[in-house]
Amino acid sequence: MLIARVIGELVATQKHASHEGRKLLLVQPLNLDGSNRGDAVIAMDAVDAGVGDQVLLTTEGFSAMTSVGRPNSPIDMAVIGFIDHIELVPGVV
Amino acid sequence: MYLGRVIGCVWATAKNASMNGKRMLVVQPLTPELQPTGKRLICGDSTGAGTGELIYWVRGKEASFPFLPAEPPFDTTVVGIVDSVHVKRSAEPAVPVENGKRKPRKA
Repeated sequence: MLIARVIGELVATQKHASHEGRKLLLVQPLNLDGSNRGDAVIAMDAVDAGVGDQVLLTTEGFSAMTSVGRPNSPIDMAVIGFIDHIELVPGVV
Repeated sequence: MYLGRVIGCVWATAKNASMNGKRMLVVQPLTPELQPTGKRLICGDSTGAGTGELIYWVRGKEASFPFLPAEPPFDTTVVGIVDSVHVKRSAEPAVPVENGKRKPRKA
């Protein structure tokens, strides 16, 4: 799983039937210091997240499609939670 | 899933039998600002997307799911045609957090 920020939404009319009824979010994966970690990706929304939210992003097919509740759906990324707070203990590693 | 643009087609006559009749597209991955990023790749097609169209594609085993019960060995597949992209990178959280508790989202 990755920490990410929702930076936008996507509208698609013609898509796989199992994608209908769920928001498609543009999410930017983040490093722990808040900087961008690679390019933004598209994730299916499982928790009603909105633009600006810091979220938990799963990047693996099985966990993504079960969290959205659509088995055998071509989904490889899903937003599965909001992040309220991250606590790092300095000097451990 | 990833954003991309279809920039061409691939034809192959000798290929895995379960891929017969399936289209293959050349896709350029894009950033949300629609700038090219990364290398071009070949995707299977489940939507009927044509050259020049903005699409989103999926990678991994899930890429063969649109073709069930057949399981063609595609590792990337176009699963939707994108109408519009709305990006707002500097937005504040839609649901404010106060005292460690998330306010309920209004319906």
